[in-house]
Amino acid sequence: MHPLAPVTAVGRSTLSMLAAIGRVTIFLGATLTHLVRPPFYPREFLSALLSIGWFSLPVVGLTTLFTGGALALQIYAGGARFNAEAVVPQIVAIGMVRELGPVLTGLMVAGRVAASIAAEVGTMKVTEQIDALVTLSTNPMKYLTVPRVLAATLALPLLAAVGNVIGILGGYLVGTTRLDFNAAVYLTNTVDFLEAADVVSGLVKAAVFGFIVALMGCYHGMNSGRGAQGVGRATTNAVVSSSILILASNYLLTEVFFSA
Amino acid sequence: MIAMQDVHKAFGPKKVLRGVTLDVARGESLVIIGGSGTGKSVTIKCILGLVTPDTGLITLDGQDVRRAERDAFLARFGMLFQGGALFDSLSVWQNVAFRLLRGALKRPRAEAREIAIEKLRRVGLTPDVADLFPAELSGGMQKRVGLARAIAAEPEIIFFDEPTTGLDPIMAGVINDLIREIVVEMGATAITITHDMSSVRAIADKVAMLHDGVIQWTGPVARMDTSGDPFVEQFIHGRAEGPIEAVR
Repeated sequence: MHPLAPVTAVGRSTLSMLAAIGRVTIFLGATLTHLVRPPFYPREFLSALLSIGWFSLPVVGLTTLFTGGALALQIYAGGARFNAEAVVPQIVAIGMVRELGPVLTGLMVAGRVAASIAAEVGTMKVTEQIDALVTLSTNPMKYLTVPRVLAATLALPLLAAVGNVIGILGGYLVGTTRLDFNAAVYLTNTVDFLEAADVVSGLVKAAVFGFIVALMGCYHGMNSGRGAQGVGRATTNAVVSSSILILASNYLLTEVFFSA
Repeated sequence: MIAMQDVHKAFGPKKVLRGVTLDVARGESLVIIGGSGTGKSVTIKCILGLVTPDTGLITLDGQDVRRAERDAFLARFGMLFQGGALFDSLSVWQNVAFRLLRGALKRPRAEAREIAIEKLRRVGLTPDVADLFPAELSGGMQKRVGLARAIAAEPEIIFFDEPTTGLDPIMAGVINDLIREIVVEMGATAITITHDMSSVRAIADKVAMLHDGVIQWTGPVARMDTSGDPFVEQFIHGRAEGPIEAVR
């Protein structure tokens, strides 16, 4: 092996990563440009809204319900170490609304929607349907990407809001049935403790996550390789990249909203 | 009408087109023949702007296609893709009327559906197919729907990419006859890509043989059998030996 081979490998990986960042940035720029320029496709937007928003409700609901319940148990057990068991309703509420609601919704939708968008768009690419769109005077960015990105950006805050309520409900059910909290006190503590900024910050995060999920799904689909293997790789890449970006942007947004 | 002059295109180190020069007159039906992977599809994709040539000039009615207003330019074309390229999420009639439901050629929905059904009838499909989805159709029916979509907006120029690939000989004959009838009836200019010699004889006015990224021979279909060109001879007779390497 050449003594500089490891350096070459690191250099190659760095260049490849920078090229990928450049391609995603160009794709992002094109998406933003097409978002504000007609023609618009309302039917495709509504169809994407239904598919991304409505059909993700069960998975988001179940995930947040169990997470809310587990969170209540954990906070109760942890809080018992310094006699703070009573803060379960408040911490469940703030944990769900600020962090777990939007992040879990983002990650679950990344698994369901980014994969589905990448597979659909990737299949369209390998079967020449995207070329067909162009020959039919239809811009694929406007017809495929913009409606999905817009729909996901609007649907995720709504899903996260529903997830927050169900997650808090999960904590409430565990708190009142397993941990002997008084139902009325639990609800009062939850409602009194939450501030508008907690809710708004969570919903803004969810909107950003929705944008990321659809953008990554479309990007990897549009850049899918040939054949079943190419589409499979695009699907995997869409889920992995959107999940990582969701977690990274969650940290950055938390810094912006709550630092200092 | 369509002219390509010294068009080159490479994908990475692979040079696909090495100087394609070709002329297609208005109303003419040109068939490009050649082996798999010789750049036939890339040639028509270059004309449509789906692939950007590295060098060379492509003109439509004397105007450089790169300078043409994109929507007006594409509105003059219809294309039948090799696999049909029908949109899975849309019903058959919505596929056929795609261009009539949006953009500059937009019509009321009921009128677009009527036109789609008329075009489906023209390609030998009954109106009850209109509300099915592409996945519910056989390969031959999908090709016909693709053909109906290609002609729905009555384009001046139609491209056919391997129109009979994957079809049985009878269905291939039906599609060939349909293409010929429709092109004559509409007075359209047509470019067809194929390696099916029955398609060539049924569809072509003029034949161009593409090999190794250049047009090796071009001439009227009537002269194809007596062209004397070794590439054409080997190709039309399907011989393993000759200037075209069997393993590419």
